[in-house]
Amino acid sequence: MNAAKFMIAAYVATWVIHGGYLVTLVSRYSKLRREMKELGKGK
Amino acid sequence: MKRLFPILSILTAAFLAYAFYRALWVAPTDALQGDVYRIIYYHVPSAWTAFLLFFINFMASIQYLVSNKPAARSALKWIMIVGGVLGVIAVYLPPIKAMIPAGMQPSAVATTVLMIPAFYFVVGWLFPGQKLDVLALTSAEVGVVFCTIVLVTGPIWARPVWGIWWAPGDIRLTSTLVLWLIYVSYLVLRRFSNSAQTQMLAAALAVFGALDVPLVYLSIWFFRTQHPQPVIGGGGSMDPRMLQTLLISWLAFLCFTFLVCWSRFRLELLKREVEEAHAMESLAGASVKASMPLARSSK
Repeated sequence: MNAAKFMIAAYVATWVIHGGYLVTLVSRYSKLRREMKELGKGK
Repeated sequence: MKRLFPILSILTAAFLAYAFYRALWVAPTDALQGDVYRIIYYHVPSAWTAFLLFFINFMASIQYLVSNKPAARSALKWIMIVGGVLGVIAVYLPPIKAMIPAGMQPSAVATTVLMIPAFYFVVGWLFPGQKLDVLALTSAEVGVVFCTIVLVTGPIWARPVWGIWWAPGDIRLTSTLVLWLIYVSYLVLRRFSNSAQTQMLAAALAVFGALDVPLVYLSIWFFRTQHPQPVIGGGGSMDPRMLQTLLISWLAFLCFTFLVCWSRFRLELLKREVEEAHAMESLAGASVKASMPLARSSK
């Protein structure tokens, strides 16, 4: 693997980690919205 | 607010794209390392951002710890004021100045010392009561994400430059790993503990965890380490275009961090709202059940 490939790997890894975290935020948010809706229906 | 977030997201994406363009095409190639040095534009801003977030976590945690104790809160306020003033004066006293590592500017130390009380009061003013705890959780979680990036991009950079992925026993690398582990344990504690004291315990852990941040930062001055000297305030030199790109990259990541923290903060507020609604629902259900035997007996 030449040096430039290490640079690409680091850049890709950074955005994969950020992307993964953003996905967990969105999924947690959707779950909470669903719960909110269910609570609303219960009332 | 609803319109502001998408606008800021678009602006931040454009800023990140510009930082990416500068990192790859505007900043010159390093004479020794070649293109691989460009990892610096992601590795260093991520480290600075993680430190900043852990510092915010420390400020929020320490205030949350004393939030229910007026005497301790007042004492801490005066410690911050007096400590800040005395700290700045002390930096310029010859015996203390002599202790500052070579390459580190006394003005940079004085600014850092002043930042501590400034952050303390700003955080306390902007995030009163339970919001301090929400801020502490938010900053720790996003800080762990950035610290993970530092720990992943560091070895990827080290492999072609040092010839090894990791230098075992190196104080900079080890203390960063310990820092990451402390904040991961902080998040694990908050995720899996159901005790009413969880928030206080987590705040206490965060206060001690924050002690590792200066150790990580100062380790390259006080110990022999494989890690290079810092490029800003540490005696290292850099091409102006490289330095500009590094600062632009950090600013872009700071904008991104602000948006992520904002989302995480609102998510936590929403979660607490849902938990409260669940608690109210179960309380209402329990009171209905409790009143049923009474209703029967009255017949």
